[in-house]
Amino acid sequence: MVVVSKNPIHSVLYLILTFFTLSGHYILLNAQFISIVNLIVYAGAIMVLFLFTIMFLNLKDDSFVGSRLLYHGGALLLVLTFAGILVVKLGGAQIDVAPEASFNSQIGMVENLGMTLFNKFLVPFELVSVLFLSAMVGGVMLGRKEKGERNF
Amino acid sequence: MNQIPEIFRVVPINHFVILASILFSIGILGVLTRRNAIIIFMSIELMLNSVNLLFVAFSSYKSDPTGQVFVFFIMAIAAAEVAVGLAIIVMIYRRIRTTDVSILNNLKG
Repeated sequence: MVVVSKNPIHSVLYLILTFFTLSGHYILLNAQFISIVNLIVYAGAIMVLFLFTIMFLNLKDDSFVGSRLLYHGGALLLVLTFAGILVVKLGGAQIDVAPEASFNSQIGMVENLGMTLFNKFLVPFELVSVLFLSAMVGGVMLGRKEKGERNF
Repeated sequence: MNQIPEIFRVVPINHFVILASILFSIGILGVLTRRNAIIIFMSIELMLNSVNLLFVAFSSYKSDPTGQVFVFFIMAIAAAEVAVGLAIIVMIYRRIRTTDVSILNNLKG
């Protein structure tokens, strides 16, 4: 639905729906914290950003099935092949689960995740903050008003 | 408390792998077929999310928090990427009044 709807706003709304279902999967998988973060960050922040940009730019519909039917057919064939290979090969694979003795069902809680994040992954965490700073500066740089008359 | 939840016995992890594969393929299809740059971006988000799902599934089944911390990092990087990418798209729109990537061919090397 994200890919085939003609109106970009419908695409965004379907993508939000997809994120909600993914959050449901995370809860099902006993990863409650990731689920809530997924809702807040993706469905809340990123999708609102997309929606704003689309409404801001006032885009016209672009056609899905257009003149480049051959190209789309080729892409579809390629993707179907790829998906088929992945599903057949990985779907039948034997993957063993953690044994009952060492299983910890509280793994998705804030406490466990925080301990891992701030002990084992402290340096990447700090690097992500630097990345955010640079992304913020870059976003402001690119998005600020241009000189002259041409601002939308 | 340390009991394995019912779902991990009933649903094999392969189902999550299949779901993530299908989501990833849909994302690839979107990147390949759509011409609107914003929808291409959204397809990339879809692919990132399928990888997240895979990370969380393996992390839960293997009872290892590292995977979920990684998902956290992926989300952070995706947020930064989207902020900068959308700013670039807005700039392109200002310049040529469209976000159609097939028109963006004036960056010839």
